[in-house]
Amino acid sequence: MDAIPYTVEPRPDTGLNNVKIGIWLFLASEVMLFGALFASYILLRVGAPPGTWPVHGAEYLSVPLATLNTAILISSSVTMVMSWASLMRRDFGKYRLYMGLTVLAGFVFLVVKYFEYTAKFHHDWFPSTNNFLAIYFTMTGLHALHVIGGMAVNAYLLAPGSKMWRTAPEQFTNRVETAGLFWHFVDLVWIFLFPILYLL
Amino acid sequence: MSGAHTDVDKHVRTYITVFVVLMALTLITVAISYLHLPLGPAVALALFVAIVKGTLVACFFMHLVSERKLIYWVLGFTVVFFFFCLLGPWLSEINEIGPHLRN
Amino acid sequence: MAAHSHDAHGDQAHHAHHPVLGFWRRYVFSTDHKVIGIQYALTGLLFLLFGFSLMMLMRWQLANPGVPLPLIGGWFGETRMPGGVMLPEFYNQLGAMHGTIMVFLGVVPLAVGGFGNFSVPLQIGAPDMAFPRLNMASYHLYFWGGVVMLGSFFLPGGAAQSGWTSYSPLANIAPMGQTAWLLGMVLLITSSLLGAVNFITTIIQLRAKGLTFFRLPFFVWAQFVTAFLLLLAFPPLEAAAVMQLADRLLDTSFFMPEGLVVSGQVMDAYAGGGSPLLWQHLFWFLAHPEVYVLILPALGIVAEVIANNTRKPLWGYKALVYSVLGVGFLSFVVWAHHMFLTGMGTTINAFFQTTTMIISIPSVIILTALILSLWGASIRFTTPMLFALAFLPMFGIGGLTGLPLGLSAADIHLHDTYYVIGHFHYVVAPGTLFALFAGIYYWYPKATGRYLSSFLGKLHFWPSFIFMNGVFFPMFIQGMAGVSRRLFDGGETYAHAQDVLWLNDLMSWSAWGLGLAQIPFIVNFFLSLKRGAVAPANAWDATTLEWAAPSPPPHGNFLVPPAAYRGPYEYSVPGEERDFLPQFEPGGASDPGDEADMAGFDPQTVPAE
Repeated sequence: MDAIPYTVEPRPDTGLNNVKIGIWLFLASEVMLFGALFASYILLRVGAPPGTWPVHGAEYLSVPLATLNTAILISSSVTMVMSWASLMRRDFGKYRLYMGLTVLAGFVFLVVKYFEYTAKFHHDWFPSTNNFLAIYFTMTGLHALHVIGGMAVNAYLLAPGSKMWRTAPEQFTNRVETAGLFWHFVDLVWIFLFPILYLL
Repeated sequence: MSGAHTDVDKHVRTYITVFVVLMALTLITVAISYLHLPLGPAVALALFVAIVKGTLVACFFMHLVSERKLIYWVLGFTVVFFFFCLLGPWLSEINEIGPHLRN
Repeated sequence: MAAHSHDAHGDQAHHAHHPVLGFWRRYVFSTDHKVIGIQYALTGLLFLLFGFSLMMLMRWQLANPGVPLPLIGGWFGETRMPGGVMLPEFYNQLGAMHGTIMVFLGVVPLAVGGFGNFSVPLQIGAPDMAFPRLNMASYHLYFWGGVVMLGSFFLPGGAAQSGWTSYSPLANIAPMGQTAWLLGMVLLITSSLLGAVNFITTIIQLRAKGLTFFRLPFFVWAQFVTAFLLLLAFPPLEAAAVMQLADRLLDTSFFMPEGLVVSGQVMDAYAGGGSPLLWQHLFWFLAHPEVYVLILPALGIVAEVIANNTRKPLWGYKALVYSVLGVGFLSFVVWAHHMFLTGMGTTINAFFQTTTMIISIPSVIILTALILSLWGASIRFTTPMLFALAFLPMFGIGGLTGLPLGLSAADIHLHDTYYVIGHFHYVVAPGTLFALFAGIYYWYPKATGRYLSSFLGKLHFWPSFIFMNGVFFPMFIQGMAGVSRRLFDGGETYAHAQDVLWLNDLMSWSAWGLGLAQIPFIVNFFLSLKRGAVAPANAWDATTLEWAAPSPPPHGNFLVPPAAYRGPYEYSVPGEERDFLPQFEPGGASDPGDEADMAGFDPQTVPAE
């Protein structure tokens, strides 16, 4: 008895393979992580001394840039799921195209964030300036770390990891699907971060 | 996960549709923000749109709409605890004894 | 203890496929759950010993405030103990690190990382955990997190010294050691999260054929719920740790209120406007479920040992299962009972008081079921059973003394006193720790193929039991007299403490006795590796799946994939010759509906790797 069962094929009674359960469990913990930050946002905003919290996030933040970033991330979610769909259709070429676009989109997102952050620093707006900026930098910073992490996994699956397509195509497809779940979650978090920080 | 060719084609059509809807909702939520509504309605509307967008991503891009019961149970409990974590500190604070010392 | 060295009969061809791994891949970077479990257990035990030593230093100071520590007082240097006399700052470091190390580096790694990793896959009939490489990563994150924590003692200003609870704003302005604490916590939390994913997936997916959820040993249920607690409760603390790091390193004001003045100095480096209570909420959101992480594996172990040594099924298996699920769920909604005195209003206090009272119900059901399991039993007083039996009243005292703390009115008098320290130590020390000892005596034969000496075991048990009570019972008395916790002089300067100060001496001598009582255990642990009586596969005539594997199990655990034919505690089955009927033996009396369990279920085949 040696190999771990149900790494690729689903277990009959649960209908799932191990990685599918594993990634959803991990995402559940991520929901709690960002949940705590949202809870902190609420408490800090409600308890902020008068005049210390901007009436609108737009006082400090660029809504157009963030809207662009939102569009970029949503697009990257589509390209990500299309890359998985391409593998399901056995089209490795299309897979590489879509996965490449996903990684590119992530990179563009980070570049935009870089410009956003440096613009703040240019105005002498730092995390220490007030709690709105503190929670903004922390939440978007942690989100950006997740973008980087997701990009690293996707880049691996695009290049060195893609060798598995030839030896174990089903397992590779599952890996892409799993990475996709993480990537969509990163998009999901941004879908909430964007209005809460920038539009309210 | 086995997927027949036709299954995937149907999925792809869904993905494109969802993409268009998400873009539209993004523009809508930004447009609403320019109305500078009072805080209460602004929060309610922004959260409503965000929840719709999030649900679309979760259901269709993450395939939650056709997922197994086990995953639903895990996420169900997570959502319950998420709300406790989200609202607990705030509710504790607004029920303070004495004057609100920080404001 | 090496999983590879004691190989099974036959299966030579099978092993021909495996290259012999070098030392580092076998013992340091192993992906075998048994090796990782032992790594966790040994590291955890070492940390427990270290945390105990920190406490011994504290107990000297409490019993003899301001008196130079004899013999070794000079070892600690001028910044900690000038002239051998403990500085308050060092006392605070010892206190904060004792708590942190015991909880996060000692008990949980041993209970979950150690016992969970070693026993769960065996008890469910699996070849390993679902994600072996993730398992290895979890251990290493824990190990290096521990190194960071210990290393913090050597930073300028010393280790963290704001309690294991690291409340802001004190923790915000504390010396560098606090930053190391936070970074160490991030590593430890990540380790736990990855471990939790592994445990839950393993228990759901890798159960042997016929092992339905309601045939699982209670130990596995307990670990299952524990893993969910770790998974969902730790992230808020991780978020809080990131925010406290930001406060310390980036001068943010997440937890810094406006206009804070410390020792006459206005903290104007901070913009202010933050909330110290936010830290408390996020911390306790984790730390309350954390205490259930401390106790649930212990309850699981006690259940296994009691069933085995009473030679009868556990009383109320379903009640136990539903109760442990209930405890797990409720543990998420009681956290602010640690915050009754922070100025929360009566409505919210009442809410948390109510949920706290409600959670005591499933806890009592579990304890009652375990106690009732003794009724009419043929008790075998093996060493594991001694510890398991002692656990019951000790956990009872711990649990009952929690009730006045959970009632917000009574808590006004008891909060932050030694009563609290007495309460939680009863639950964790003669509670969980005794259960963990029971587990070590119980599963050592499985892990090593030899029994621990029962003579040395009794020499370990009896003085430990007596001195545990000697150390912790007086704390209730001191607490009710009003002696606050975290006083570096043990209450010496307070008028209301004078009548109970003598108890400090009693507790400190008991602590010595407790420490000495561990020596037979340490000797036993190492001596029995080579000199212990040889143990068969089923060392205790037990019923659960792990006893089907050889002792110690080879890589892959079972020679033949096991299946479960009945429930986990079929002892003294009427009509059976033996007083036990293992889960893994076909035939004999078994649950009806076995065919339904087996039908349509592909047996796990041994793939040609």
